[in-house]
Amino acid sequence: MADFVQQVVSGLATGAIFASLALALVLIYRATDVVNFSQGEMATFATYIAWSLMDRGLSYWPAFALTLVLAFIGGAAIERVVIRPVEHRPEIVIVIVTIGLLILLNGLTGWLWGAEVKAFDSPFPNETWDVGGVAVSVQDIGTLGVCLLTVLALWAFFRFTTLGLVMRAVANNPTASRLVGVRVGWMLALGWGLAAVLGAVAGMMAAPTLFLDPTMMLIVLIYAFAAAVLGGIDSPLGAVVGGLTLGVLLNLLGAYVDFVGSELRLPTALLVLLAVLLIRPQGLFGHAVVRRV
Amino acid sequence: MPLLELQDVLARYGPIRALHGVSLTVDEGEVVAILGANGAGKTTTLRAICGMVRTAGEITFAGRTIARRSPEGIARLGIAHVPEGRGLFTELSVWENLRMGAVVRGGQKALRQDAERVLGYFPWMEKRRDQQAGTLSGGEQQMLALVRGLVSRPRLLLLDEPSLGLAPTIVRELFAIVQRLNDEDGLTVLVVEQNATIALETASRAYVLEVGKVAVSGESAELQRHEGVRKSYLGY
Repeated sequence: MADFVQQVVSGLATGAIFASLALALVLIYRATDVVNFSQGEMATFATYIAWSLMDRGLSYWPAFALTLVLAFIGGAAIERVVIRPVEHRPEIVIVIVTIGLLILLNGLTGWLWGAEVKAFDSPFPNETWDVGGVAVSVQDIGTLGVCLLTVLALWAFFRFTTLGLVMRAVANNPTASRLVGVRVGWMLALGWGLAAVLGAVAGMMAAPTLFLDPTMMLIVLIYAFAAAVLGGIDSPLGAVVGGLTLGVLLNLLGAYVDFVGSELRLPTALLVLLAVLLIRPQGLFGHAVVRRV
Repeated sequence: MPLLELQDVLARYGPIRALHGVSLTVDEGEVVAILGANGAGKTTTLRAICGMVRTAGEITFAGRTIARRSPEGIARLGIAHVPEGRGLFTELSVWENLRMGAVVRGGQKALRQDAERVLGYFPWMEKRRDQQAGTLSGGEQQMLALVRGLVSRPRLLLLDEPSLGLAPTIVRELFAIVQRLNDEDGLTVLVVEQNATIALETASRAYVLEVGKVAVSGESAELQRHEGVRKSYLGY
């Protein structure tokens, strides 16, 4: 039983990382109507910035906060400079641009920081807490806490601020937004900035266990896709629930189903993705899209 | 000087010309109607005014050229557009839709001042402020779209086919409210309507569009007597 709880907690911790990145995908999907394939590389790039800041002697939390600010600026800048020129093109064009961005950022990361693996500090002590007879890892709790706090802050922003309302309105009906005077382009840039912040949090939380190298988030992005599709690609709540569910599911399968182990985790995630697309394409919380043809 | 003036405005959707040189004026404090059959260019005229379609020709609002401005820039000058099909934020609540109407004026505080006054016309709206807009009935959505336009305190309100798909009693109610806003607050309105009977009762002047051009224009009373208008649009 104690072991089971430990597995669940550590599943929630990895799930929270999936959830953050999945939420970033959903944010951009709702604003721009495409899946941003470069989301993982944006996160990796931001994590390298955090590494560099700490390498120059900054301590963890200031480096963390500064990285979030830089990630926001970078994400918004990418929208303005790279996405905006193709904004009104068919969706496939934007998708290809994001794939190009993936390759570009990946190359840039390798060029700037080199391809060798770097260790990345964790802000949390490598200890366990005794919670009612169960030893839970402080790392796991910390990761879960940081990711959930970020998600909660974002939710409060969308729910309680006028700017958040405007961003929801733009996602719901861009044309009507322009007609009430909203500068839609800047709201899209803001959305990309926030998505980049979420990605940066995911990257910095994943780096201590995955270690930092230019392809660090590649696999995490696939898990995030699976999580976003599981929850419903247009549902922010779905992304969070999907991410946590997937994290726990994979961890339990790896721990208790012998033939899954750690090698078959990725295929299992892809199986989940496939099953959701076949059985319930709109995911757990998404809206079914009905198109007349 | 008129508040709004269109001089020889041309507009096209791709290769298809929708407006072949429309000229019209709207003075401050007037209610003006644009009448015409389906495809005559009524909606395109409104879309040209609020910058949603590329145009040639001159469009001036309050003395400024607005022909090549963005829709959001034009909205910020004080032109509120209540689009055909209502254009609500269907996933947002009634109240959030109203907040969006006032968003360029600074949101909540400005809205509260106006809300009480405007909601006086629609008591049901106050009670159902947390309901999702997409779940309202057609008439309610139309009224919400109207109020959302009003809380921006526009200098000019553009109404696109407010009667579309609504029951006759609701249409009367809606036009009665527009009339009252014009009488009491001096609101300037340009309304596009297929229902010529009710539009001519409310408006002081009207333009009749035919295939992208103004065919007839004049005082409403005059047009009600005009034989061609009577036969084609009033049905007697």
